[in-house]
Amino acid sequence: MTNEEIKNFITSVAPSATFDETGEWLNVLAEPATWKELAQRLRSSSEFQFDYLFCLTCIDWKTHLTVVYHLSSSVHRHTIVIKVKAETANPEVETVSDIWRTAEFHEREVFELFGVKFLHHPDLRKLILTDDFEGFPLRKDFEDPINMIKL
Amino acid sequence: MELNGAMVTDNKEFPGQILQTPGGGIVVSTFDNIINWARSNSLWPLTFATSCCGIEMMSVASAKYDFSRFGFEVARATPRQADVIIIAGTIVNKMGPVLKRLYDQMADPKYVIAMGACAISGGPFFYNTYSVVKGADHIIPVDVYIPGCPPRPEALLHALITLQEKIKSGLTREQIREESKA
Repeated sequence: MTNEEIKNFITSVAPSATFDETGEWLNVLAEPATWKELAQRLRSSSEFQFDYLFCLTCIDWKTHLTVVYHLSSSVHRHTIVIKVKAETANPEVETVSDIWRTAEFHEREVFELFGVKFLHHPDLRKLILTDDFEGFPLRKDFEDPINMIKL
Repeated sequence: MELNGAMVTDNKEFPGQILQTPGGGIVVSTFDNIINWARSNSLWPLTFATSCCGIEMMSVASAKYDFSRFGFEVARATPRQADVIIIAGTIVNKMGPVLKRLYDQMADPKYVIAMGACAISGGPFFYNTYSVVKGADHIIPVDVYIPGCPPRPEALLHALITLQEKIKSGLTREQIREESKA
């Protein structure tokens, strides 16, 4: 499957998506509103079959956050990267844990480290940090004067 | 036991005198010295490692370096049977209470070796991190520190021998604490 075909398909589902092909894989910048449907279509359509979510993480750009999904297909051997924008103040993104089961833990990790709320997640608790931990330590503006020695 | 005495640096020598008499001999020593000598030659380490230093520790346990030559061969999986804990790796805030509990569960007398930069000071995680304890000696008292990231297996062997010398000299943290109580 060529990048052009994938791009055409994504544009048909989510017209607002933009693309970036400078990296190793096709990058897609998708709007949060269209993301859930796009994810379902990418997973289920027989020509793409993105059945493997091999990385789910988040980036803090200071102005906003992007949740990053790396998808590949074990059938067609193609890979894409999807970035979904979220606001810093109240980041909310639909969960994909019902589509790719592995996302359940990854989303919990992004939730505790970046504070992104994954809507309709079955069990959105902290994963590794203690339950009473306050703040989101991988945010750029995170401060912890007690434990952190700044260089 | 003499506090702040000189370090015993000879590993092989028996701590006492053997006086030859007809038909046998008489050994003259002190109980403290004999006990320390015996203890130092049979130290059972706890199987405990939190990161890459643990790989070097395993290497020291295996055939090429083999710390059983110095009496460390019986690595124990329970703190209740261990004499020495080698802190091999980064201690994070969440691990802190676990380390404290393991140390508390070890039977007296007990000794601690801080292996590598992380266990000494937090090492590469000293700056700009919210989760790492800046030195395991914030949690439990340490007898011997080994620098390195990770230290060479030879360095760990050297630290183990140094610990034996400290025990024979009565200069480990615990021995000094016990001595101060009396």
